[in-house]
Amino acid sequence: MERNIAQVALFAAMIAALGLVPQITLGFGVPITAQTLGVMLAGAVLGARRGAAAAGLFLLLVALGLPLLAGGRGGLGVFASPTAGFALGFPVAAFVTGLFVERVALRPAGLVAGIGAVLGGIVVLYILGAGGLAIVTGKPLAEAFRLVAVFIPGDLLKAAITGMLVQALARARPQTLAWHRPAGSAQTRL
Amino acid sequence: MISLTSPVETRAHRWPAGLKLGALCLCSTGLFGLPGIGWNAAALALVLGLYALPGPVFLRAGLASLRVVLPFVAILLAWHALTGDLPQGVAITLRMVALVALANLVTMTTPLEDMVALIHRLTAPLRRLGLRTAALELAIPLVIRFTPVLVARAETLAEAWRARSRRRPGWQLVLPLTLQALDDADHVGEALRARGGAPISLDTED
Repeated sequence: MERNIAQVALFAAMIAALGLVPQITLGFGVPITAQTLGVMLAGAVLGARRGAAAAGLFLLLVALGLPLLAGGRGGLGVFASPTAGFALGFPVAAFVTGLFVERVALRPAGLVAGIGAVLGGIVVLYILGAGGLAIVTGKPLAEAFRLVAVFIPGDLLKAAITGMLVQALARARPQTLAWHRPAGSAQTRL
Repeated sequence: MISLTSPVETRAHRWPAGLKLGALCLCSTGLFGLPGIGWNAAALALVLGLYALPGPVFLRAGLASLRVVLPFVAILLAWHALTGDLPQGVAITLRMVALVALANLVTMTTPLEDMVALIHRLTAPLRRLGLRTAALELAIPLVIRFTPVLVARAETLAEAWRARSRRRPGWQLVLPLTLQALDDADHVGEALRARGGAPISLDTED
């Protein structure tokens, strides 16, 4: 119980830290913030429920007025801005990523985490994000989608990184991945 | 951790947070019903007038926090100009900026403690249903405490990287950061347990 609360809180802090640290930028020339990498990781490491809780807790703190979104943004204005759909989609994205890694028993842990991150952190997040953009700007969904599609390559990179990180985690600290059954211990459940 | 609450003390700082949030909801809904450029421009001017009331320092901070919507203003206007319905684009843009400005105004005039207290009151019905919201109230300060810790640690990792490599630090830092965060979670979990554990009582009192 206490450990669960601590893990949810620490991953909410991770999502914040990844968006705030300028040193961790991805990409080539154009800096891409790592905030959604944190969302994907929360789902892929903690699983659906705790991952969504971490992303939701992060959002709650943003709403309370802490400048935790990438670029030091925060406050209630975030939820009225054109990117509100993306922000509100964070918990859903983490949930879907977590659900995928929990339900689909593919072998390398990194592969299943990477695919889960694509599904949750890209497919689901962009549907919600483009939807939010369409509502706020009063434009058709297809046009809103075309506008945000520029960021998809960067997020594909982040999904790949999520896969690599989870693969490394599965090797270094397999017990931290509750959904992961290391080869040979398929029968033992914690 | 510095909150986005304005250090310029306004009269609205002392108003109840629930009242301000309720008013924000009503006004935001109302803004969607305004027709045309004129009304939306008037609404935005009214909101900006509220920003100007507490003085120039507050106004400047408020306008700075609005800067993030500028790219969207440019995109929206260009977009509508291309599709040939510029008047509608101007109205939508005005409404969008007014919505964000109004919400930021509530954030700037509401201390973090008030917001946390409001969350406690808003979750009271959940407690009555038997849900344990104490975990939420425990997690909020943990995030506030650990975000700067993780940021500082990421900077230390980046420094260590730069001391050893000529390449720029990048995503490789996230693995040690994650491992350390997971270790922290274990330690915090143990520390919480040692101090009596997370409050799990099902009491309904506030």
